[in-house]
Amino acid sequence: MKHKNLTAAALAVVMVIGTGVASADLVFPSLSYRTGPYAPNGIPFADGYADYFTLLNERDGGIGGEKTKLIECETGYNTEKGVECYESTKGEGALVYQPLSTGITYQLIPKATADGIPVHSMGYGRTSAANGKVFSHIFNYPGTYWDAASIIVKHIVDQEGGDVKGKKIALVYHNSAYGKEPIRTLEELSKKHGYELSLLAVDHPGQEQKSQWLQIRRERPDYVLMWGWGVMNQVAIQEAANIRYDMNKFIGVWWSASENDVLPAGDAANGYKAIAFHGVGADFGVFDDLKKYVVDAGKAAGDGSNLGTVLYNRGMYAAMLASEAAATAQKIHGVAAINPAQMRDGMEALQLSAARMTELGLEDFGPEINVTCENHGGPGLGAIQQWDAAAKEWKLITDFVGADREVVDALIMEDSAAFAAENSITPRDCG
Amino acid sequence: MFYRESGEFKTSYSEDQQSFPIAFDRWFVRVVLLFAFLVVPFFINDYWEKSVLIPFLVWSMAALGLNILTGYCGQVSLGTGGFMAVGAYAAYKLMTGFPEMNMLIVIIMSGGITAMVGILFGLPSLRIKGFYLAVATLASQFFLVWLFNKVPWFYNFSASGMITSPERTMFGVAITGPNAPSWATYLFCLTLLVVFAYIAKNLTRGRLGRSWMAIRDMDIAAEIIGVPPLQAKLSAFAVSSFYIGVAGAMFFTVYLGAAEPTEAFGIDKSFLVLFMIIIGGLGSIFGSFIGAALLILMPVLLKNIMVGLLGWPTDLVQHLIFMLIGGFIIFFLIVEPHGLAQLWRITKEKLRLWPFPH
Repeated sequence: MKHKNLTAAALAVVMVIGTGVASADLVFPSLSYRTGPYAPNGIPFADGYADYFTLLNERDGGIGGEKTKLIECETGYNTEKGVECYESTKGEGALVYQPLSTGITYQLIPKATADGIPVHSMGYGRTSAANGKVFSHIFNYPGTYWDAASIIVKHIVDQEGGDVKGKKIALVYHNSAYGKEPIRTLEELSKKHGYELSLLAVDHPGQEQKSQWLQIRRERPDYVLMWGWGVMNQVAIQEAANIRYDMNKFIGVWWSASENDVLPAGDAANGYKAIAFHGVGADFGVFDDLKKYVVDAGKAAGDGSNLGTVLYNRGMYAAMLASEAAATAQKIHGVAAINPAQMRDGMEALQLSAARMTELGLEDFGPEINVTCENHGGPGLGAIQQWDAAAKEWKLITDFVGADREVVDALIMEDSAAFAAENSITPRDCG
Repeated sequence: MFYRESGEFKTSYSEDQQSFPIAFDRWFVRVVLLFAFLVVPFFINDYWEKSVLIPFLVWSMAALGLNILTGYCGQVSLGTGGFMAVGAYAAYKLMTGFPEMNMLIVIIMSGGITAMVGILFGLPSLRIKGFYLAVATLASQFFLVWLFNKVPWFYNFSASGMITSPERTMFGVAITGPNAPSWATYLFCLTLLVVFAYIAKNLTRGRLGRSWMAIRDMDIAAEIIGVPPLQAKLSAFAVSSFYIGVAGAMFFTVYLGAAEPTEAFGIDKSFLVLFMIIIGGLGSIFGSFIGAALLILMPVLLKNIMVGLLGWPTDLVQHLIFMLIGGFIIFFLIVEPHGLAQLWRITKEKLRLWPFPH
């Protein structure tokens, strides 16, 4: 027991010193992962997130005249470390959490709601959090997993000329809450469209997929969908290339859609498709500013080479949505130094028009967003992007289209009602 | 000088056989317990609760459980993560199936269910030993995690396969869920740990513990002198699984509040607990606590020093922590292969003689 007390005493000293500095800045914690099997995806996202806030500080002097402060905490995509990160940063005035992990999001949903801190799980997390009446503090705009599943199926239907009856679709998924999310939607859609669905789970971290791809080789599904993350994506694409699966018929979710995932397979990855909820490439005005104020000034979080890659863009987009929500909150409440409760109001009232996006240097980068009290899931639009291995870049090959709202909304209502009943939550009245 | 028995006279059997026969030990434990029960709850905050104390208490419980099986009875097990999952899912099913049930009963019953599963997976130990048994328990680890992924009944058919613990109260105070006050969850876990550590301490001193140790030291000799291997081994599996199940139930209900089998109860958890008891000390109750403290609190401490105090980049710190913890493990194993508990035992011997060693 003596040892424990010594450690505890040392910890106490550290904690006192560590939390001694209080600041009035707008605090944005970044629960990042730069280590472990998910680091290839976690690093560019964290860099994009950090760089955009640096840009705001350098170019505009923060948000509404208030400087931003980013606190980074390493989670390693691990839920226990995620909880530790949440607890250690929430006392510093954290405005919004973006954990970039469905598992950690599930942990934080009840905790953050009880603490009154909003969580923005952008395109991940618990899909039914889109129902703002039940999930008051959780947001997942601009789209959800179920939107993604539905849009991908729509694309397949288009490809097949409107009829997918009797076609076989396989889902290769990360065997976790994240990977299991789309299953129910795909099952509902299979009832509607008449395709056959087969499920192939890949266990964490996903380096071993020989048996799954052997099964695909044997069953020859017409399409393969993937819900993967981290090292699993690269392995899956490599395995698909090994069995010479037609890449045009291999479609990933937006988390299986980065350069890091397709580059290792080289030319064999050519034609791999994925869904996207924002634009690709570095052809946007904001990148000039990022270069000028952040990268060239030596203030970039990474080495600056990730600019324009899918996940860097997504991290930047996440930071942009957070800063716009903070600005909205400042307008609503008339104070510059907002608190988490005000930030929540700002997120719920977020209106992002095409004109505002152009002003931000992100013309046509993503869809227009109108968050409301009922709808925390955003417009739910997605486009299909395809990998061009020769040019080493992604190209959007379809327009942004909506999901099958009839199916998805019914599922969201059902799942959020179950959550409300389990946790005795009375849905809010949104007036 | 600080730690001596001379001058302590035992005049009755009960005094002679008490849990802590040496006055210094007795007082030390009393002071620590008083501090833990009467002082800490008044100063605890969310960070200390969720990041330091609850993880320590939960993993100590799991280490105690595995130490009974591996340290006292000599049966190597790599199924700890799977057994924790059994405890967690049992607690989940009990909490959602019987919402009125007292949390304490939920936890104890989860332990009981895990004990039964433990006996089942302990059956091979009657035929196989050592590494072969480790492989058999490894199979239980993978089987159980697969089972909880595969059968939707275990996670109440939720869309994501995630289990989340609803709010449950004891004496009108929330113990689980986001609104549970820090002091309540802390006291709940602490009470469970203290009670079960006390029971474990006495179990290992009694007839049952002696039969476990006899089996551990030489099973054929033990059988010849009349220790039934069937009862000894299966009782060790049952008691050990009970503790691990209780730890798993606390891990899910009080600490995390939401879990999925693959990540929360993976093979790395089995290894973590095994490392705890190897570093802490096999066959030592106290060793279970130090092992858990070292492997759970050390990374948090290092992180707070290097990120909070020195402001180093988080990824660098994470890699440094991996290396430092690895280094510590190797260092302690070289300096004292019998674990930190042995180091403490030696220190006590020296303290008895100090300052006149000759």
